[in-house]
Amino acid sequence: MSTEDWRPGAPLENLRRRAQILARIRAYFAAAQVLEVETPQLCPTTVTDPHLHSMQVPGHGYLQTSPEYAMKRLLAAGSGSIYQIARVFRADEMGRRHHPEFTMLEWYRVGFTLDQLIDDVAALACLALGETRCVRHRYRDLFRTRLGLDPLRCSIDELRAAARRYIDLAFDEADRDTWLELLMGQVIEPTLGIDTLSFVVDYPPSQAALARLHLDAEGQVVASRFELYHRGVELANGYHELLDADEQRARFAADLRERAARGLPAIAIDEPLLAALKSGLPDCSGVALGLDRLFMLAVGSDSLREVIAFSPPENR
Amino acid sequence: MASYSTNEFKSGLKVMLDGDPCMILENEFVKPGKGQAFNRVKLRNLKTNRVSEKTFKSGDSLESADVFDCEMQYLYNDGDFHHFMEPENFEQHQASNSTVGDAALWLKEQDLCTVTLYNGTPLAVTPLNFVELEVVETEPGVRGDTATGGNKPARLSTGATVKVPLFVNQGEIIRCDTRSGEYVSRVKG
Repeated sequence: MSTEDWRPGAPLENLRRRAQILARIRAYFAAAQVLEVETPQLCPTTVTDPHLHSMQVPGHGYLQTSPEYAMKRLLAAGSGSIYQIARVFRADEMGRRHHPEFTMLEWYRVGFTLDQLIDDVAALACLALGETRCVRHRYRDLFRTRLGLDPLRCSIDELRAAARRYIDLAFDEADRDTWLELLMGQVIEPTLGIDTLSFVVDYPPSQAALARLHLDAEGQVVASRFELYHRGVELANGYHELLDADEQRARFAADLRERAARGLPAIAIDEPLLAALKSGLPDCSGVALGLDRLFMLAVGSDSLREVIAFSPPENR
Repeated sequence: MASYSTNEFKSGLKVMLDGDPCMILENEFVKPGKGQAFNRVKLRNLKTNRVSEKTFKSGDSLESADVFDCEMQYLYNDGDFHHFMEPENFEQHQASNSTVGDAALWLKEQDLCTVTLYNGTPLAVTPLNFVELEVVETEPGVRGDTATGGNKPARLSTGATVKVPLFVNQGEIIRCDTRSGEYVSRVKG
């Protein structure tokens, strides 16, 4: 290790800009009477999602991949609208736009529809990025226009053929959602939000996670979920939150079956969360936004290292 | 044989892909908002030298390739094959002209070079970064002109042609950078 390696990886100017945007975000929520909260980063259990890998702390539990479950318990206890600026942790995620430890801004608005939350997210993003035009796309329409297929109805073979057309693949077999995620992430995402805030809505019901379902204009069941993209970067993921404890338990159970099938460790279901849902979560919409990515875009960079004082070593 | 998972892919790692040995150049982790993560991996096929970008599901793995670099002495070319020798154990290896490729333009008998072996057979040859070679053919030198620019082609003993300053004469030894194919300096002999 060279003697210069103690220095921060990000210019101090960017760190000042980061602090300034954080102050604006806190002022924005204070004015809107959204309460700042803090919940544990270390909890006895964690997310069951088979695509998220939590870091285990022997004897203590897991570092959280998101503060969602604890925040929902606050909502069920009557906190009203809340936000948190949380450090979260994800094992096996390292790249230009992924660090194993990052800062997430997560907030819930009681009584908000997904549309209202989208406007809220747009206002907040503009605090960092300056005034930016907003556009909305239906997930289904993006696939129809860019790839000429209906992601909710086409066959797996059609998805595979589309992926092969655009991407040099090292694999042949994948499930429906994997093909959809591949096409979304590698073909569609890079073209989204070039000079706009692009909100994608109406996700396939299989990608609902903790969102409710509704019927789209064509009578197809879709997830009440949105994602925000700016300059090809995924910035935020929001839900009209699922309130039904039984449905939530069923989704957790499905995750655990998928984990077992993939040979991943089992995770104990977060019973306090289900108990909170049972006692009654107020109707609300919630969103998680990657703050480091927002700062990165605000300073016009394309690397998280430019806005984080000390980044983990590169895996190169 | 060992295998490596996508999160162990690092630049320089040698792996087998579709039956060919490849070297990993870059590995980019990509993940959509939710769901399956992928790795976009840039690889060089060590047989064809072609670079391609392949997308893997994160967590997939590849077998390691039995490829390693060995420093050897270049002996001679018999017309079809170049012959090399490991200096420690005097073991000899032969490589076809197509395997050696353009590296042949910089190989002088007795010089050291790097031979990449795949399953014990030469796969590629890399000359030293700097080699000293004799100028066998160039226009006569311009005496005293060491300052002004301008250059001329010079053919070297190994067959390479490089641009040299006007003052360089036939029969002189010059130092060249084999990566750029450029003249570096004259060597006092």
